[in-house]
Amino acid sequence: MTRAVITREPRRDTSLDRPDFDMSANVGGVTLPDAVLTASGCAAAGRELEPFLDLERIGAVVTKSVMLAPRSGRPTPRMAETPSGMLNSIGLQGPGIDVFLERDLRWLRDRGIRTVVSIAGGSVDEFTKLAQKLRHVEGLSAIEVNISCPNVEDRGQVFACEPSAAAAVLSTVRRNTMPSVPVLAKLSPDVTDIVEIARSVVAAGADGLSLINTLLGMVIDVDTMRPALAGVTGGLSGPAIRPVAVRCVYQVHAALPDVPILGMGGIRHGVDALEFILAGASAVSVGTATFNDPSAPERVSRQLAWALLDRGFTSLADAVGYAHRAPDTVARPAASVEPEVVDVLDEEPVADVAER
Amino acid sequence: MVTAETAASARGKTAETKAVVQVKSEVIALRRAGSYYVMTLTAAGIPELTRPGHFVAVSCGGDDGATLLRRAFSIHNVASRGVYGGTLDIVFSVVGKGTRWLSERHRHDSVEIVGPLGRPFALPRQPVSCILVAGGYGSAPMFMLAEALRARGCRVDVVLGASTEDKLFGVLDAKRIAATLTLTTDDGSVGERGRVTDLLPAVLERTDADVVYACGPMPMLARVAEVAHAHGAHAQCLVEESMACGTGICMTCVLPVIGDDGVTRMLRSCTDGPVFRADRVRWADIGTVPPDAYGAPAVEESS
Repeated sequence: MTRAVITREPRRDTSLDRPDFDMSANVGGVTLPDAVLTASGCAAAGRELEPFLDLERIGAVVTKSVMLAPRSGRPTPRMAETPSGMLNSIGLQGPGIDVFLERDLRWLRDRGIRTVVSIAGGSVDEFTKLAQKLRHVEGLSAIEVNISCPNVEDRGQVFACEPSAAAAVLSTVRRNTMPSVPVLAKLSPDVTDIVEIARSVVAAGADGLSLINTLLGMVIDVDTMRPALAGVTGGLSGPAIRPVAVRCVYQVHAALPDVPILGMGGIRHGVDALEFILAGASAVSVGTATFNDPSAPERVSRQLAWALLDRGFTSLADAVGYAHRAPDTVARPAASVEPEVVDVLDEEPVADVAER
Repeated sequence: MVTAETAASARGKTAETKAVVQVKSEVIALRRAGSYYVMTLTAAGIPELTRPGHFVAVSCGGDDGATLLRRAFSIHNVASRGVYGGTLDIVFSVVGKGTRWLSERHRHDSVEIVGPLGRPFALPRQPVSCILVAGGYGSAPMFMLAEALRARGCRVDVVLGASTEDKLFGVLDAKRIAATLTLTTDDGSVGERGRVTDLLPAVLERTDADVVYACGPMPMLARVAEVAHAHGAHAQCLVEESMACGTGICMTCVLPVIGDDGVTRMLRSCTDGPVFRADRVRWADIGTVPPDAYGAPAVEESS
């Protein structure tokens, strides 16, 4: 296999052209034709984005976390803009699993839109019941288990921060759902050692990991001199958290190289997504950027395809974890080399973690 | 959510996909109007879809800017033909980083917009008498509405108010279009001293209006709802709720609204509004989740 060692400036994204490039991604046993998905809580149940996106073309719609019962969410203000990001304190407003299945999932399935259903619960028992509701639903791309929402009663700490509690949830969801549907555990970065939690949920049966959920944050309104959010604290998202997310993906991939990772946290452009892929994510979700640009998931996919092609990769899968390789043994060409010339190595890089 | 579903299914898939567009606009003009700015943007495809009360969500700060969230502005005016092939006007005041960035744009700069968004004002079928009430630049969407009402043979009376004269928007346009114009300022520098809602009862009595349309701050809208109700008039309010996306995916702009079934739900201002029937909004409960709301916690959350 050959790879480029020279990078060119990413091509300008002025057209809707996308290269003929293999963007398929394996997420826990299911292959998606495109590696860019929406992110839970940033796409509702897909329908609102239909005017802006070809929903059948993106990797999958990841729906907003749904709970067993209907839920009103938290009072307003629920949002505060922060530098290159935002705090949200929605509190999992939603219709409950029954209405979700009957109305929202039906809408997605009628259109052949690949769907990852995100579920959230306040107890292991609630997760069990949610899993049972999904057991006979055909055609799901995956189930994402949100054990890390910071806007619920206990701030998600019980499940997100305790390896054994996290394992109990993943274990029951895995046992109570269709074996052919991958189960992904969505983890919080607000832990001492994310690798420990990751190992625990994988041992409990998780087929993959969604990294990362929002970080717990807070803004104080200096005019009212009170917390800006009605819920006091909220989840921080957007490009501001991208370095944290990339770090989490890198650490977990280094420890568990065979576990597929759905990477997310501050992806706004194709090169942001590339960071996650190089760090070890098999696929990515575009979240908060969709608030800014409702067509972002499709645009990011296009930009990512160009960015990978520009770097000499022949498929997205080849780039997964590429940042983990051993230091280059061949000297980098001088800067004076024509930027169009793509210098290709004759041999495989010495150690490639992604292919171990 | 039930309301959103009804609205979406009523439009059907084809209409749904064509009812809103995302465009890279060019700034055609930016002018001051009192303490506000009026920006004219190219907006191919948006004018012909726009109804009074629709809004646009504007991306501020460019592709790599630090202000990620969309800013929502009522569509003040549209022109579907002309040299620029479709333009629209928005009115804003500089209140934060996003609107400051907008105010620093120059002619030919590009600004990305999504629109038209939201559910517009419902117009009466009969040529009834209507009052348009606005506070500050809440008057921005009212002139298109006035034109539409007059085209239906409705009488239009206008009440505009602001804290000071420089915060009144569109007084000349209002004079041109209204049967009568009532102005109020908090300091009495122009028009009557006081609030629009102090003058509204007298205008209602004088015109015997059937419908009141209002846009402005929440406390003003709450009071308009009361006054209209007391006079037996139907009222529609366009709320100014802060939004992160404008497209219905972020769930931040919710307020408690009573549905046809009598059940209160936390509805999104962007997709279920921004225009609501005044008698359906639980004005006193805005900023809370009423305990009887659909899906409200059985016991108050302590956070």
